[in-house]
Amino acid sequence: MSDGRNIGEVTLNLQGISLAFGGVKALSEVSFDVREHEIRAIIGPNGAGKSSMLNVINGVYRPQDGTIRFRGHEWKKMVPYQAARLGIARTFQNIALFKGMTVLDNIMTGRNLKMRCGMFEQAIYWGRNRKEELEHRAHVEQIIDFLQIEHIRKTPVGRLPYGLQKRVELARALAAEPVMLLLDEPMAGMNVEEKQDMCRFILDVNEEFGTTIVLIEHDMGVVMDICDRIVVLDYGRKIGDGTPDEIRNSKSVIDAYLGVAH
Amino acid sequence: MAQSAAAPSLAADTFPQLLLQHAQVRPGRVSMREKDLGIWQSWTWSQVADEVRALACGLAAQGFRRGMNLAIIGDNRPRLYWSFAAAQALGGVPVPLYQDSVAQEMLYVLENAEIEYAIVEDQEQVDKLLEILPQYPRLKHIYYDDPRGLRNYHQPQLLAYDRLREIGLVHHRDQPQFFHNAVGQVRPEDVCVMLYTSGTTGKPKGVCHTHAGFIAAARGDVEFDGFTADDEVLSYLPMAWVGDHLFSYAQAMVAGFTVNCPESSETAMNDLREIGPTYYFAPPRIFENLLTTVMIRIDDASRIKRRLFHAFMKVARRCGAELMDGKPVALTDRLLYALGDLLIYGPLRNVLGMSRIRVAYTGGAAIGPDLYRFYRSIGINLKQLYGQTETSVYVCKQPTGGAKLDSVGRPLPGVEVKIAPNGEVMVKTPGMLKEYYKRPDATAESISADGYFLTGDAGFFDADGDLKIIDRAKDVGKLADGSLFAPQFVENKLKFFPYIKEAVCFGDQREKVCAFINIDMQAVGNWAEKRNMPYSGYVDLASRADVYDLIQQCVEQVNADLAAEAHLAGSEIRRFLVLHKELDADDDELTRTRKVRRTFVAQKYVLLVDALYSAQTHCQVETEVKFEDGRRGRIAADVAIRDAKFFPLPAVKAA
Repeated sequence: MSDGRNIGEVTLNLQGISLAFGGVKALSEVSFDVREHEIRAIIGPNGAGKSSMLNVINGVYRPQDGTIRFRGHEWKKMVPYQAARLGIARTFQNIALFKGMTVLDNIMTGRNLKMRCGMFEQAIYWGRNRKEELEHRAHVEQIIDFLQIEHIRKTPVGRLPYGLQKRVELARALAAEPVMLLLDEPMAGMNVEEKQDMCRFILDVNEEFGTTIVLIEHDMGVVMDICDRIVVLDYGRKIGDGTPDEIRNSKSVIDAYLGVAH
Repeated sequence: MAQSAAAPSLAADTFPQLLLQHAQVRPGRVSMREKDLGIWQSWTWSQVADEVRALACGLAAQGFRRGMNLAIIGDNRPRLYWSFAAAQALGGVPVPLYQDSVAQEMLYVLENAEIEYAIVEDQEQVDKLLEILPQYPRLKHIYYDDPRGLRNYHQPQLLAYDRLREIGLVHHRDQPQFFHNAVGQVRPEDVCVMLYTSGTTGKPKGVCHTHAGFIAAARGDVEFDGFTADDEVLSYLPMAWVGDHLFSYAQAMVAGFTVNCPESSETAMNDLREIGPTYYFAPPRIFENLLTTVMIRIDDASRIKRRLFHAFMKVARRCGAELMDGKPVALTDRLLYALGDLLIYGPLRNVLGMSRIRVAYTGGAAIGPDLYRFYRSIGINLKQLYGQTETSVYVCKQPTGGAKLDSVGRPLPGVEVKIAPNGEVMVKTPGMLKEYYKRPDATAESISADGYFLTGDAGFFDADGDLKIIDRAKDVGKLADGSLFAPQFVENKLKFFPYIKEAVCFGDQREKVCAFINIDMQAVGNWAEKRNMPYSGYVDLASRADVYDLIQQCVEQVNADLAAEAHLAGSEIRRFLVLHKELDADDDELTRTRKVRRTFVAQKYVLLVDALYSAQTHCQVETEVKFEDGRRGRIAADVAIRDAKFFPLPAVKAA
């Protein structure tokens, strides 16, 4: 799968992450790393702490313990907008788009960090802002072409089927030109064909833009097919880490997923 | 516009020459447009000539020679249209393939046409060709237009179109006379294109046309309808279909009009509105889909709008077509129609992207009379034409002002049509095929000793001298009691209902007519949503009793209509079922042009057919389906069978 792609050095390193909500331990002492340009999956049964892990990476949750090192920056606490500035973009398990806005406008919001003009300048479409907006629109059109959503450019997001909304969310994340993309169940609730399209897009993004991708997914076929390395979580603990082949043959993973007779 | 819009002189007699002529006569006029990244890009005739030259030189530098065949696979893209001209300029033959064919179907055509060079659109097509490469190692060169996703493909056969173009530019700089000389060597009697038949019957056959033949057909069309360089078309039909080749390539080359390529196949309807073509050609299916979309939106509209629409459509049905044909109409109706045009028909034409349409054609299959009447009544000059791949679709056309819904018009200038004793239509046309590729047996079989092409369609001339086609000659059958059974005729009646997407009727040599129905997912889905009926997918929806009730109403309506037609009244549908899966070209149930392969369907679902002709009220079936990527799955369902109310024959009613 990784032929021709240069998987680089470790770009994100998580050390001993522990996260608790009151008495509930969501994550305990989880450590793993992500290399540049790779596709890294986080898998695990329901409630294993996968989404919490993503939320820790982009600063929505603050772990009680552990350190995060991303592209030379190290921190214990981080806030989402800082993560975004460092080049981390994400999509959500439950789609978080502006339902009443068109696909185009939704994707344009992904460019917001890149815009230099302030709110008032943006309100009047003139001068410096006009030029800037045209540049951003051109960039957004590239993404629209890339994800093949030309036909819904002007459609309000709320009217779109689920699979397409997921794709629009990916488009918005891409609009921020991220170096790392966090995808929370990008293929949940999709049919076979939609899943295939999504896989194709994820691979294309990774290949074309060199974006590092961390994704959570339940469809093992998909995970084994497109990912370079996999982390397995169970009850907030890491129980496996390695290539798809290693994971497929790991006893502790099989036990967690299939259950064992005691 | 300083440059003349009049038709060019008739000197050029090959396609490359026509192209060079346009580049000379109207260099600055737009020849092609394509919407890319949300903006319409255009190329003038002189730019197109330069592009074709670069491409032809590039192919020549890569070893493409006279007599070779060039496969062209992809959606309608300017570069793919230029590939036709480039291959022709070198004396080669372009062979367009259906872009949605699966790899194995392509393999047959590649082998049959001995393809060594292919120009394809994107990764999807490259993947398919690479998949069959081990079985067909003769394929040496694959050029791709869109490089996305292909960065890490290192197969020696692959080369980007842009690189090919650069090679061509260098070649042209070194040998400036090469292209001109190559074009000079192309003869009118050379084969200009090879179009594969859709394979309704058996394996596809390559239909070879000559420059002289195809240009004669295109010229005939252009003169008949008076097309000029000012016309605009939107090319969105498969490039491998003769209709698109004639309309977006041959006629454009002859008349010099502008061809517009949509952004993607999904945006075609939107792009249609943006371009507002003056000339439009679509198979009945597209007109049907358009109408279905409109009807769904009308159903969702507010009550006042809905009422207005229906009231004015009534007026339009009464006098719209007559007004367009210049027949006498009462003054009150004229006034009402004018008001309706302002309020309803005009905006409707605009929504359909047909505000500027001068001429719209349909062909390829019979069009439902109601569908046909709808478009004509709202002021769209929709006409029918008749022809085949083998005749360059140059046989019959309805003249403007003389269109009748149940005929396909009169023979065009230079065409001779006669009816064989068995009812089969025979044609002699300037656009006649040269031969079937490497199939002298098939060529001999389909061209009679006195030079007529046997169309395989059953038809007759009516009292006015207009040709009427009833069905495929081999499909027209008889019921056990000897009455006429024309399955397509009945199916078309069913398919006019927005809820029915596809229908297959059985009845030949049987005592009664029974039907398979495919519901239209979009229309029935919408209908179910409005009734707060949850459903999980096609299989679920198709098995609902409510849906059966809905379809039953449609079937009974058709029966009532059929009862009024004396010689077809025996074809009333006695029993029907709603199929548990959509008929699909990937499962070989439809041809790539989406015609039902009746015998195949009958064999595949023999269990269901038997159940229809027994007293069973339901039937357990399991069917294999092929996904787009070639994988297989199975669908199991319990299909219900219903009896439909039928109407006694008129004679009986009178008694």
